[in-house]
Amino acid sequence: MTPKRKQKLFIILGLVSLAAIAVGLTLYALRANINLFFSPVQIAQGDAPMERQIRAGGMVKEGSVSRDPESLDVEFVVTDYVDDLEVYYSGILPDLFREGQGVVVVGELQADGRLYADKVLARHDENYMPPEVAQALEEAGYSPADYQAKAAEVGKRLDEEGVPQASEY
Amino acid sequence: MLIKLIPEIGHFALIIALLMAAVQAVMPLAGAATRRPLWMAYGQPMAVGQFVFIAIAYACLTASYMLDDFSVANVANNSNSLLPWYYKFSAVWGNHEGSVLLWSFMLAGWGFAASLFTGNLPRDMVARVMGVMGMVCVGFLLFILMTSNPFERLLPGMPQDGADLNPLLQDFGLVVHPPMLYMGYVGFSVVFAFAIAALMGGRLDAAWTRWARPWTNLAWAFLTVGIALGSWWAYYELGWGGWWFWDPVENASLLPWLTGTALVHSLAVTEKRGSFKSWTVLLAISTFSLSLMGTFLVRSGVLTSVHAFANDPARGFFILMLLAITVTLSLLVFALRAPRVSHKVGFNWLSRDALLLVNNIFLVIMTVTVLLGTVYPLILDSLGLGKISVGPPYFNALFVPLTVLMCIFMGLGSVTRWKSMAARDLIRKLWLAGVAALVIGILMPLLYRGEWNLFVSLGIVSALWIVLPMVRDVFDKTRHASSFLAGVRKLSLAYWGMVLGHVGVAVTIVGVTVVSNYNIERNVRMSPGTTVEVAGYQFTMTELTERRGANFLADTSILQVQRGDSGRSFTMRPEKRLYLATGMPMTQVALRPGLFRDLYVAMGENLGDGSWAMRVQYKPFVRWLWLGALLMAFGGVLAVLDKRYRRTAATREAPKVASQGGSTQNSTQNGAREATA
Repeated sequence: MTPKRKQKLFIILGLVSLAAIAVGLTLYALRANINLFFSPVQIAQGDAPMERQIRAGGMVKEGSVSRDPESLDVEFVVTDYVDDLEVYYSGILPDLFREGQGVVVVGELQADGRLYADKVLARHDENYMPPEVAQALEEAGYSPADYQAKAAEVGKRLDEEGVPQASEY
Repeated sequence: MLIKLIPEIGHFALIIALLMAAVQAVMPLAGAATRRPLWMAYGQPMAVGQFVFIAIAYACLTASYMLDDFSVANVANNSNSLLPWYYKFSAVWGNHEGSVLLWSFMLAGWGFAASLFTGNLPRDMVARVMGVMGMVCVGFLLFILMTSNPFERLLPGMPQDGADLNPLLQDFGLVVHPPMLYMGYVGFSVVFAFAIAALMGGRLDAAWTRWARPWTNLAWAFLTVGIALGSWWAYYELGWGGWWFWDPVENASLLPWLTGTALVHSLAVTEKRGSFKSWTVLLAISTFSLSLMGTFLVRSGVLTSVHAFANDPARGFFILMLLAITVTLSLLVFALRAPRVSHKVGFNWLSRDALLLVNNIFLVIMTVTVLLGTVYPLILDSLGLGKISVGPPYFNALFVPLTVLMCIFMGLGSVTRWKSMAARDLIRKLWLAGVAALVIGILMPLLYRGEWNLFVSLGIVSALWIVLPMVRDVFDKTRHASSFLAGVRKLSLAYWGMVLGHVGVAVTIVGVTVVSNYNIERNVRMSPGTTVEVAGYQFTMTELTERRGANFLADTSILQVQRGDSGRSFTMRPEKRLYLATGMPMTQVALRPGLFRDLYVAMGENLGDGSWAMRVQYKPFVRWLWLGALLMAFGGVLAVLDKRYRRTAATREAPKVASQGGSTQNSTQNGAREATA
């Protein structure tokens, strides 16, 4: 083998082994860090794993948000209008978190059937619905028009009552 | 009368620009293929004309915003008469249609600049470059005119007032971040065009890389600044103090940056040594393709993000097709032409060539891992295999070790000679820097916090390992000059660009490491009179008030902040705003920036009973993140200003010499200057 060929061989061997290591690590990291999405129906049916990080989403049930008066603990119910999921969270809710609106929570299901959320994500603007939530609602038999009408109705009622934010409940 | 027609004028200007782009895409390439100078000469005037007409269209859209013409759907949906003028100006690109117009405007701008500064290139090369640029332009102008016309009217029945700009976008960040980022994305179209043109012409020598290098460095500098501005904006605008979320949209901008960085380095090897030619071309193609993919991801609405303006499948499909055509065609050209033009140049394993190859491999692996984590959920979703998301732990688990490994080679690469270097010389040059980096890096966390931390040590050792060998190198190179200053002046701007760029990486690494490990965040319930202590600072809420801004109402809390018992006290005023036109709430953060720490206070929620959930954070070294990025970009610009690029522009002979002699002439010229030691 000429030196040039040898060099080429080394380059190729090096590339292949590096690529193999990279792919292996990547797949391992992916497996450990994938968060699957579940709707409240699926969770109620027992499809979701316990004590593993998952994402769940739906609408925040009206009148379900309750804040602890002393701390930043908060509980609310996420619903797809078929089943409900109780969520517990400690911290600050996003600006656009409101009752009757779409939300995605990231956290672990515990034996008591509640989801302990590390993260609560709301939409970025008024007209936007997280696609997972939209799809979950559709599967539960609601058309996009339904929940938009519903959201508008709730928003209107809140406006009439002079309550600008859910957090004031 | 004419004022009322502004949107139509803009629309017509776009159509004219499309026609010119079509001519530019066809004639010069046909001319180059059939050797007809007249046809080849079409390229430059068309590039100029296209730029002028897109500029007119862009000015028309801006005018519609400024004049509050709510009969234009785009203006009605994204502006409001109460919006201050500078946000009206930037609202143009705060939506899908306008941002694509800005994209095309910049594309035409780069094409225009390329047509001005390539006067000394061989005629057929210019023709091919112009032709490729024209094709890209045709794609984007068609996209605008067919799926995203910004001039669409709402007639009859125009609204009284606009729906307002998303409050998150009513910020200085919107004014600067998208234009910078787009300049970067689009700038890579020039090197892409050069690469394809070189392949087509079979002239894949060191000369084309010399022409392409300044353009690539400039585009890369813009992209660097654009990404940094995006991170800075997210940091203060979203209200929770994060600066990088591994959000797919951020990843979309990081991907072309990673391959762009690899490209900048591999272009250096190809220019100086004439090797890695096919690899460089492949990087140029993938960088621009990843820019297009970023646009697709962001603009098609497949992602859940603040950047996803609208969900129109036709648009996503169009960009996906554009991406597919670009990738297929350019890889086809590559497959047909690349083997014919490659030739082998040997190098030693201990040489800058080899180390830059290793750096390229690392950057490509990083690109692949980020790409995988970004598109994997999208692919699974489109195949109906469930909705998943890949969280930051995945990216951190892969990106951090890869960065540390790459830093080891960065420290070596910047001081190693081309072609070959004796191990003894390298060790002599580096051992002191290595020992110093290890000792300081290991001691630093102990001195700073009194507790050892592996990650902080790793970060600081990496950063010092990049910086210290270069410091030594600068001293070595200036040793024989009459004075240090005289020696410094003799070093080329390209060399200083490299030094600054690498120092920038080190600075960013220090910032990332320290703020990730020593960040202190407290979420607390506060009412007037409450005091919270964070990192030795006492935050006392003194008052809760309300105020009215131009287009919003705000709850303001006033906090007195004091360091220890003795320090000076100052006031911070975070706000929770309610924007009137949209009814959208917004968090306005109060920041106390500093080189070594930021204090960050945001109002969370009103908890009733007169108290608020507040987010109080102490963020050490967070500014270093963006400072490092600015240094990198500055380094890129310095490299562009290097004398030899001006010399090629000045003398018509230079390119010919370079193209015949391959790498040797170029490398001796610069190697001599760099190897003054």
